[in-house]
Amino acid sequence: MSNWDHIQSSASAAGALKVLSLSLDGQLFAIDAGCVREILDLIPVTEVPASSPFASGLINVRGKVVPLADLRHKLGMTKRSPTIDTRIVVIEVDLDGDLTTVGIIADKVHEVTDIPQSGIEATPRIGLAWPPEFIRCLGKRSGDFLIVLDITRIFSGEQSRQDPSSFQAVDRNCC
Amino acid sequence: MSPTNPIEIFKQEAQELLAQLEATLLDLDCTPDDPDLIDAAFRALHTIKGSGAMFGFEAAAAFTHHVETVFDQIRQGKARLTRDLIAVALRARDHMRLLIERPEKADPAAEEALLAALHDSLSPGEAVPVVPCEAAGERVWRVSMRLPRDAMINGTNPLLLVDELRSLGESIVTPVTDTIPRLQEIDPSACYMAWEITLKTSKPRSEIEDVFIFVRDEMELEIALAETSCEDAQGKPDAQEPTPSGPAEETLSEREPPEAPAPQGEADAHATPAEQQRVRRETTKNHASIRVPADRLDELMDRVGELVITQSRLKQIAASSSDQQVRAVAEEIERLALELRDTTMGIRMVPIGSLFGRFRRVVHDLSRDLGKEVELIMEGEETELDKTVVEQLNDPLVHLIRNSIDHGIEKPADRIASGKAPAGQITLSARHAGTEVHITIIDDGRGLNRDRIRARAIERGLISADGALSDAELFQVVFLPGFSTVSEVTNLSGRGVGMDVVKRTIEALRGRIELSSMPNRGAKVTLRLPLTLAIIDGLLVRVGDARYVLPLAAIEECVELPADDKGGSRGCSFLNIRGELVPFLRLRELFAAKTPPDRYQKVVVVAAGDLKAGLVVDQVIGNHQTVIKSLSKLHAGIEMFSGATILGDGAVALILDIPHLVQFGQIAEEQLRAAA
Repeated sequence: MSNWDHIQSSASAAGALKVLSLSLDGQLFAIDAGCVREILDLIPVTEVPASSPFASGLINVRGKVVPLADLRHKLGMTKRSPTIDTRIVVIEVDLDGDLTTVGIIADKVHEVTDIPQSGIEATPRIGLAWPPEFIRCLGKRSGDFLIVLDITRIFSGEQSRQDPSSFQAVDRNCC
Repeated sequence: MSPTNPIEIFKQEAQELLAQLEATLLDLDCTPDDPDLIDAAFRALHTIKGSGAMFGFEAAAAFTHHVETVFDQIRQGKARLTRDLIAVALRARDHMRLLIERPEKADPAAEEALLAALHDSLSPGEAVPVVPCEAAGERVWRVSMRLPRDAMINGTNPLLLVDELRSLGESIVTPVTDTIPRLQEIDPSACYMAWEITLKTSKPRSEIEDVFIFVRDEMELEIALAETSCEDAQGKPDAQEPTPSGPAEETLSEREPPEAPAPQGEADAHATPAEQQRVRRETTKNHASIRVPADRLDELMDRVGELVITQSRLKQIAASSSDQQVRAVAEEIERLALELRDTTMGIRMVPIGSLFGRFRRVVHDLSRDLGKEVELIMEGEETELDKTVVEQLNDPLVHLIRNSIDHGIEKPADRIASGKAPAGQITLSARHAGTEVHITIIDDGRGLNRDRIRARAIERGLISADGALSDAELFQVVFLPGFSTVSEVTNLSGRGVGMDVVKRTIEALRGRIELSSMPNRGAKVTLRLPLTLAIIDGLLVRVGDARYVLPLAAIEECVELPADDKGGSRGCSFLNIRGELVPFLRLRELFAAKTPPDRYQKVVVVAAGDLKAGLVVDQVIGNHQTVIKSLSKLHAGIEMFSGATILGDGAVALILDIPHLVQFGQIAEEQLRAAA
């Protein structure tokens, strides 16, 4: 399926793309609103030792244990300590065939908005500071741009690997 | 019951009947002349045919009819059951299953071939001659029947049975009314009466028995010869005292179900009280069980899990409350929740025998195909495991058994040459060991070829040519994807696909797989599986500022870390516990805890199998009912943790994977020894 078909399929009846806009490291991004389950205030996070920095924690979402991922890591941004605006967006994402509930950290969540079909532009090949494969399209909206992230692509290939460095470090400690 | 589609119900029932048929056929393979088994096979076929036609599975019903006819002839003694015929019947069973489950896949040519094979296997020449006097003149039978009390509730009409008997010949029917209770005690739906029928007929005994074929197991039935018109052929049977002397009488006493009171003392000896009891117990058990869709059990388990989590929150709140009543109620609810948990988990446990039974067929077919003689011995079939685990074990076990037969067991001639019995043995056993269930598959074949595995591993660059490896280490390469030492690919194995899948499946169940082998003595595969995937008793500990859960069943004891070890070596060292040297791991370092360590650190000594290890923690918090939540794919590869759980305050805690940590401790210990 081409990128374009993908956008078409999830567009709303009027041809508009419904997205949730959020801030990551001061930059405005958006994710497809269709995969968003709920938005939570920051809740206690359990760190998972030896996990990858992309998904290093676990949270309790209504009695379910849900991994917490940090998109900032994938987009090459620095990790910031949480502020009063920090939220957890609970989304459902296809993890290599399994629909999995995952929380993602957002520095700030703005709104659910429609990007009209005329405002959807394909990802430019150059000129973006982030890996282009993680970006689904650009959305033009009242003068500024929203960068719509391709959540499935960001999570794909993110099979749990034990972070080798941490385990080896321990290994060395032992001897 | 949920209002499911009747076709689905039929399919489910057919599946059970087919499984039963398979088991019966395999039993017949050992004792081909057992009339009870032949009857059982016939009944299963008959039911499949009947209900198949009723629910529109005409093709299946038509095909089953042919198989049923064959068994009917066997039952009547007109044909003999041979091993070839059993093999054909097993294939026919598979075809029936295909016709019922995926009729579009059924191959009409295969069906033709099966039917032809069925007819070929029937050798009319060998037919047992029918006892001449049975075919000849008329004889008088005394039939005494008593149905179980709930017969009418279950849809049996006794009068129809009586009418059917009467249709066989001239008869006198006498009702027996002495067990009818007083009017106010009568349950109008119960069957209190019994009947005595004197029947004069030229039909053989088997036809009289056929009248009762579907109620036979539950009812009391006596069929005795009252007088005979061809006394000379039978010797001199007394009209009042039918001595089991003729061939027909022998058939009778054999076919008599154990619980039926036999007419005379001699026949009584066939049914010991123990047997009678067993049969009754089985009957009651069947009556008391209901069928529940499996996903409802999963749902129930989820609800119980949520209840347990909520209950531990309540416990925490109650503990900080001064209200005595709140505390009392919290304690009561804790007790109830635990009982409910145990009951629910009990429902989910199924004996592994239900799985083992299927392998008899695998062994039967494979040994036939490969021209090897293999005896399957099963032990510990009653061992119970969570149903999810049992379901997922099928494929790995089939694969391991295939491997044993294909690679392990030698051909009879080779076996004799190496001084073994011509028939190979595969022992499949299951037993409980702490929190685990161990399933072992042992064969007495040629064992794993160490040199060949080693050569192939070096050839493929998996191990270095000069490295000394222990057997256990070397055998690990067998589990690598695409590894095979067999140069010739058979249709069974040798493609190198499989062992890696087996390993992955077992690991997905949080289990482990071990392989050992003795040259020319056989190989042994052990699967270690956790008892349940749902809820465990856990010990909550604190390391740094994070809390972790240890499965309580794996814990041996908790001791304080001696003061002089605190500043000692990092990572791992040894602890002397009553003269035994136990390696211990500092979880603080493993988990990179940043907070300052507690003054008095504790060591939790855990065991996995025969190995022990100590885990150093900051604090032992206490007992915790742990509802196991599996980790998502994002975290599933971290071997130190087997899952996560939700604590009373809503926080998430990780569950430590004891076998992996112990293994890790052992590796560290070996390295330490090597360095020393």
